[in-house]
This record gives sequence, C-alpha cells and structure tokens, in this order.
Amino acid sequence: MKEYENRTYIIGGFFSLVILIFIIRLFSIQVIDDSFKTSSENNVIRKQTDYPIRGLIFDRNNELIVYNEAAYDLMITPKQATNIDTTLICTLLEIDTISLINKIEKAKNYSMYKASVLMKQISVETYSKLQENMFLMPGFFVQTRTLRKYPYSTASHLLGYVGEVNERLLKKNPYYKEGDYIGVSGIEKAYENKLRGQKGVKLLLKDVHNNIQGSFSNGKFDIKSKPGQNIQSSIDIFLQNYGEKLMKNKRGSIVALEPSSGEILCLISSPNYNPNELVGRKRSDNYIKLNNDTNNKPLFNRASLAQYPPGSTFKLINALIGLQEKVISSRTKFNCNEGFIYGEEKRKMKCHAHRSPLNLIESISNSCNSYFCNVYKEIIEKYPTTYQGYKVWRSYVTSFGLGNWLNNDLPTGQKGFVPSHNFYDKIYGKNRWKYSTNLSLSIGQDALLTTPIQMANIAACIANRGYYYTPHTVKNIKSDKIDDRFSIPNYTMIDSSLFEIVIKGMLKVVEDEELGTSNLAKMKDIKVCGKTGTAQNPHGEDHSIFIGFAPMNNPKIAIAVYVENGGWGSTWAVPIASLMIEKYLKGSIKRNILEKEMFYGVIDY
Amino acid sequence: MRIRRHIFDKIDWWTILLYITFIVIGWLNVYAALYNENYDLIDFSQKYGRQLIWISISLLIAIFILFFDWKFFEGFAYLIYILSLLFLIGVLFWGVEVNGAKSWLDFGFVRIQPAEFAKVGCCLAVAKFLSGLNMSLKKMKYKVIAALLILSPIILIILQNDTGSAIVYSTFIIVLYRFGLPSNLLIVTIVISILFITSIIVSKIILLIILSIIAVFFFIISSRKLRELIIISILLSACIGFIYSVDYAFESILEPHHVSRIKVLLGQESDPQGSGYNVNQSMIAIGSGGFLGKGFLNGTQTKFNFVPEQSTDFIFCTIGEEWGFIGSTFLLLLYLLFLLRLLYLAERQRSVFSMVFGYGVVSIFFFHIAINIAMTIGLAPVIGIPLPFISYGGSSLWSFTILLFIFLNLDSYRLQVLR
Repeated sequence: MKEYENRTYIIGGFFSLVILIFIIRLFSIQVIDDSFKTSSENNVIRKQTDYPIRGLIFDRNNELIVYNEAAYDLMITPKQATNIDTTLICTLLEIDTISLINKIEKAKNYSMYKASVLMKQISVETYSKLQENMFLMPGFFVQTRTLRKYPYSTASHLLGYVGEVNERLLKKNPYYKEGDYIGVSGIEKAYENKLRGQKGVKLLLKDVHNNIQGSFSNGKFDIKSKPGQNIQSSIDIFLQNYGEKLMKNKRGSIVALEPSSGEILCLISSPNYNPNELVGRKRSDNYIKLNNDTNNKPLFNRASLAQYPPGSTFKLINALIGLQEKVISSRTKFNCNEGFIYGEEKRKMKCHAHRSPLNLIESISNSCNSYFCNVYKEIIEKYPTTYQGYKVWRSYVTSFGLGNWLNNDLPTGQKGFVPSHNFYDKIYGKNRWKYSTNLSLSIGQDALLTTPIQMANIAACIANRGYYYTPHTVKNIKSDKIDDRFSIPNYTMIDSSLFEIVIKGMLKVVEDEELGTSNLAKMKDIKVCGKTGTAQNPHGEDHSIFIGFAPMNNPKIAIAVYVENGGWGSTWAVPIASLMIEKYLKGSIKRNILEKEMFYGVIDY
Repeated sequence: MRIRRHIFDKIDWWTILLYITFIVIGWLNVYAALYNENYDLIDFSQKYGRQLIWISISLLIAIFILFFDWKFFEGFAYLIYILSLLFLIGVLFWGVEVNGAKSWLDFGFVRIQPAEFAKVGCCLAVAKFLSGLNMSLKKMKYKVIAALLILSPIILIILQNDTGSAIVYSTFIIVLYRFGLPSNLLIVTIVISILFITSIIVSKIILLIILSIIAVFFFIISSRKLRELIIISILLSACIGFIYSVDYAFESILEPHHVSRIKVLLGQESDPQGSGYNVNQSMIAIGSGGFLGKGFLNGTQTKFNFVPEQSTDFIFCTIGEEWGFIGSTFLLLLYLLFLLRLLYLAERQRSVFSMVFGYGVVSIFFFHIAINIAMTIGLAPVIGIPLPFISYGGSSLWSFTILLFIFLNLDSYRLQVLR
C-alpha cells in the first residue's frame, strides 16, 4: 500500500478544502450578506394568526340577524417584551400595576415565545392611543378580532353565543388555540364548522421600534384565511320578537314550525336574555349573573329542555290511535257522568259538566276525559294481554317522535318520556298492572313527558295529515346543502285519511261556541285548528298549553305554546298562540285589546 | 495473542475526547431546537429527553465493542456484511414507512433503520476484500467485485425509496482511490458529474457546441493522426449520449422530489414553498445568526418551526443561528480535526484490513458531514442524511458509534501486528 501513500495527502487536502469552502460560505451568509438578516436581533418575524370572518346569519326573509364588529386584543410575546414600561401601559389600559403584572405572569406561564392575549377587546380609543405608543412597548402588538353583534337583541336561545374555547376542547381539537372563539350554544354551536371558516397565518416583519415593516417575503409564505359561510336561518325574526314580547313576565315557551318543511319559525323560551350581553369584555360577568339567577333560569332553553306532561293535547293522539286500531269510529259515543268509573274499587276519573253522550268530534272540542278513558281502555283491552296492548299503543305514540330525540340541529335537548312496560313492571310487578293502573295516560298525564318542540312537531304532524319533517333551524347554507335528514319525511303509523276527523274536532275546539275550549283563538278569516291542555304539575298552578295549526287546509304554521302555571289552556296559551298565528299569517294584529292584555299580563311566581 | 491489559489500553483518547465533545454539542442543540419551556430539562416524552437514552445506549455499545478481540471483526467481516444485506431485504417485506421511505424495522420497543447499520457491514467487507492477497485494483476482476460489494446495499436501499442513505455509499470511492483505483477512473467520474450538472443547466445545443470545440482543441494539440481522430470522436459521441440519457434518468429513474430538489439547487426552478422552502428557511436561520449568534436557546427562526426537520437533518441551523459564525466555524474545525485524526490513525495501521476499515470510517464521516452541512447552507441538494453525533436519532448515533469504536478497537491492537 506504500505506493499510493501520497494519495493520503490529497485526501486530507480535499477534506480541508471542503471545510474551508464551508467556512467561506458561512462567512458570506452570516457576516457579509445582509439579505439573510431579515430576522436578526432587531428584526423578528412574527407569526400572526389571520382570523377568518365568521359567517353571518340571516333570517328566513333575509333579514340580517347576526353580524361581526371589529375588536382589538392587546397581545404580548413575553420573550420579546423587555423593559416593560408598566406606568405607561397601566395609564393606557386604565388598569392598576398589580393586575398588569398578574396578566404578564399569566402570559409567561403560557409561553415565553408564543404570543398570548394580555387584554381582550380594548376600545377603539384605547387602540388608537396604543398605536401611538407602540414603539415604546417592544413585545406588544394589537391583534384585530371580530365580535358577534345581534341587532335585534332577541332569539338568544336559538342563535346561541360564541365564547372562548375551554381547556378540554383545546386538548381534543388541535384546530383551536388558546384564546380562540367557538360557538357555545344554539346555531353558533350546531353550525360552528360552517360559520368559523379556516384560520390563516401571516408572517410579518417587525423592526427595532416594534413597528410592522410589512409582510415577510411579500407574503409568499402566508396562508390566507377562508371566511366562514353565511347561513340563512329558518326563523322569522319579527315573529320571534313578537313572541318574546308576548311572553314577557311569564315563564314558558313558544315553538312554531312550518309543517311543510319542518323549519323552525320561532323558538321562544321565557325568561330569556339579550344575546349581546354575552359578547365582549362584560361577557363573563354577565354570564355569571345569568347563571346565578336560579329563580328565572334565563340560560335554560325551555323550548327544547323543559319537560312537561302534555295534558289534554295528548287526547288527539289517543283519538288517532283509537281510529287506527278501529276500536272507535267517528260516530262512536261514550257516556260521561262527570267522570269515568273504573277498577274494582269503582274509582272515578273526573270530568267537567257537559251534555252526554258525545261523539269523537264533540269530545275533542269539549276535551271530555271519560271519552278518552274509554278509548284508551278499548285499545289496551283489544289485545289478549295488557302487555301486548300497551306495546302496540306505545309504538303508535313513539311514531310521533315522542320519547326520543327528534334528531334536530339544536345542540341541546331532552328526550321527554313515554314509559315502557318495564317502567310499570318495576313499580307494580310483572303482569300486576292493567289499563286502569295508568289510565291517566289517556289524558296526557301519568309519567308522560314532552318538550315544547316535540308538541309543536305533533301539531305539524297533524297539519301534514300523518308525517313530519325533523325540525331544524337552518334553511340555507351558502354554497352548501343542509343535512339530508331534514328533507326526508318521517311517517307516523296512522293512516293519512283518519286525520280529517280529528282535525274537524280541532277546528271545533276553536270555533264551536257551545263546546269549544278556545274560542279566543277564533278569527274571522283564518281557520285555526287546535287543542288546549292543562297540565297538572306538582309545583303549583297548572300549566297552560295550546297546540294547533292554521289555516286548516294547506297549513302554514304549526305552533305549541306553554305558559307555566298559567292555569287553563284558554287563559294564556290560546290567546298567545292565536296572536302568533295572526302575526305570522297577516303580518299585523287587529285584536289590539287582546294583544295588550297579553303584553302586559304578569304571572307571579 | 491478547496482550492488552484492559479495554482502554492504548486507546486513542484524542478521538474519544472529540467524540464526547460532539455528543455534548449535539444534545445541547437538539435541546435548543426543540426547546419548550413547558417541559423539564429531562422529560422522556420529549425528543431531547429520549436523545439522552440513545446517548446512554451508544456509550454502552462503545464499551461493549472495546471488549472484542480485533481478530473477530476481520474473521466475521463477510458474515456481518451478509447479515446486514439480509436485514435490508427484510425491510422490503416487513418495513414500516416513515416520510415516504420504507426503511424502518419496528421491534415494538425500538425502531431501527438497517440502512444505517449496513454501512458497518459494507465497510468491513470492503476492508476484508481489499486486504486480500494479490489484490490489485488495477485488475478488472477486482474492480468489478469491489463495485458489487458496494452496489448491493445501494440497490437495496434505493428499493426502500431512501435515496439519501443510498448515496452515502458513493463515499467508498475515496477508499478505493486511496488503495489503488486508477486516477483516470476518478477523472471519468468527475467528468460525468460535470456533464450531468451542465446538461441540466445549459441548453443542449450550447453544450454540444462547447463539447465540439473542446474535441477540436484536443485533436489540434494531439499528433493529429487518424487514431486520435477516432478516439476523440468516440469520446465525443459518448458524452453526447450521456447528456441525452440524463434527460431519460430525470424523467423515469429519479423520484420527482429528487428532480425538483436538484433543479432548485441548480437555480433552474424557483419553488420557495416546496423543496426550496427547507433550504431557504435554513439559510435564513443560519444567516440571521450573524457573527456571534443569538445565544443559547435564543434562536427565533428555529423556535417558530420555520425550519422543518430542525432536530434531525437541519440541526446545523440551530448551531448557525444560536452560535453564529464563530460557533459554526468552531464546529467545522472540530470536524476537520476529527477527520484528520482518523486519517492519521488509519495511516499508522500495520494491518491492511484495519487501514482500509479506517479509511472507510473516515470517508463515511466525511460524506455525512459534507453533504449535511452543504445542504443547510445551500451548496447541495436536500438529501435526508444526519450530521454525525449531533442530529437527533438513535439508529444513526449507534451506527456512527459502532463504526468509530470498531476502528478504535482495531487501532488499540495496532502494535501486535507484525510488519
């Protein structure tokens, strides 16, 4: 190997040459060339999130109901924030030194290198003052954000609100970063993915004076944000506002649907709050205030969360089941001697005084308890065992969407309750109960529970003569279809032809002067069909209930009204429902005295 | 035969000192590159915490290797080589894909990259082969066998879609050169590389004209006989054929991302978002370090994740940004010192096997250092190979440690070989 020994020196020389070239190259890019100094000690590239504009929300008549307003957040990057002039910053922000130091500590705990929010949503005046003094505040910058604005200050439960993401979600979903906003309830939550858009990143160059010098490399590395999609909600904001006015000083709920589509026209829960209260700097204070109001529970969405017994309104369903099971016909009459006597102990289910016997239509319009006790008894006893009869009855009830999620697009909801046979087995023992045990199911009491939105859906079901579209809050999403599940009809187990008889009864409820229970809803030119209800509840006065739709042929609106502790259905629920129907179909109200009574009516709780 | 008093007897402490220095520099910079103040200094959920484990294991490996008798490595050279080839074949069947290359074997508790360890096998095999009796690289037969020894792992690694690691083996040309590969073969290699690059940069017509002028020039200065004319014409047509085959290679053999990387490097394509992005960001990071650097943990470019693969292939950015020209030059000089020391050690071997192996080790280190740093400062295309002892990662650190310590072991026995 000796013969090639000199090649060692060539190799060694080659190694040295390569290293020398590297050193020269490093000298040129690190010491001589200034073009790579864009981010030396004085010039720092700042990664700024480019927040997308959140989608707007319109009502069904293209009225703008949610929009955005500019807001400014003061941000701090602790590592770059050297020599903080606390007095200056405190004067500008109008806060004391201790809270400023606390805020800076909090930011440092989050990250030394990443920017975090020092002060949220500063006013425009403060913002302009800050801009003038920015050169004295290295490590600080202002980030522009948008805030939600609700011009009508209504529909808070339906629209929901936007809040900061919480820790749990931060861990779960990497899209969200500390301080980001997200829809917390209502449409804002349900359609978060459509509304939020896509965040982008801007790279900015900053000089010694903390002034932005422009974008880095002319924005070559920026990622543009994509704005959120606009949404057309199904609600009619004027109907919503009107309903909220009617429900003032009362507890309860109004839900109105368009039967032909399942679109929610209004969703009112009273008492409520102004959605603008949950926006901006006062948000958390207001939230705590609202949350602590355990008496009125303004944050509680009664329309989808409150569960009440349906009361007499449920008689409609029993009538339909009776017809379908052929245990009654339109001509069937039952005696009523101010009650229905049943069981071995000869107990009596009371009824009010009226002429007897009544046929089906008359019983609906007069809300005769005995009639429906008989119907329920006949249905259950049609089958060899109570167990079988009850199972059949229950499957009819659930086909109306009761006792289950409607699978709507409201982020919160209750299922309601239609007891199963197991429920009674547990209480009374297997085969130890019969129709008489839960006879009050015939008049919508016992363990039965429904939510206002479910009852509005039943009204829509009857209006459609046998089917319903899943209720939903959104009509259109820009450049995107709404979910298929809202365009497929759900059929009940009742023949479409059987509905006409019940609907005739519902018309009589409103129009029959002798027997009808809700004459207050009668209007000259609109045929309203409905049913009152008076749901007993253990907490005091009965709940006043009305469900109905109008006009009788080709219905445009189906409605459910609940007024808690309002007494008879006809006292509060009927007039409120009829005013809502008039408002929606006519656009204006002629019955001003009735309207005034409702506006100023107060129920003491 | 074993006369060593203990395993550290006659070991080259200078090399060990350099080795430990690199490892310390490496860990500090991996820590800086991934620095996140939310975690503790030693947190095994973080890469820099895991790197401590890899370092400890490599120290154990180093000591373990020193226990062997030097005869072991010579005796088992071919066996180890074949084993490493089998591993490379195994990867093709049972490998796990990471970043588009199917080059990892997953053993549950640890993932290894056989391509890294195959370097050791190849190095041993080449050393064994070149130390054979009557061996002369002047003879065609030996040239072919040597080429096969080196090409086998290259082909297997290319099949894994890990061209970067495959290219490393071309460094054996340095070993072959030292042990008698004719110079004109080296010249041919250089001419081919130049033709390759110019054929991409310069338009074909101009290149043909230039080549023709050169051919005419050579003919004029030669004895101008028919024989020269024929030879020069053949060479010229070979060159032209090669230029056109580069086109073919670009379109059908190389992966699109390699083609674009080469083109970006040669200034043929501007693609700051794609493959140029890495180099661009890397150079901004290094350039922003200036003369003195921004100081330990103060790098801003690296903290905002502008540079991808910060802790592995682009670790030199962190050094350049935080330690500046002074720091990076210091590291480069340390590397040069290390390479020259290894050359010196190789030259003092009495056994040809140890000597060739030493050259293999030094060329592998040189290639990694040169290509890795060259790519971070925009002098070479982006090839994903690690910077020895500094980049994050277990497999590469262990294979570099094994290479180095086998050689140190051989070196510690150097006086026992009879001349």
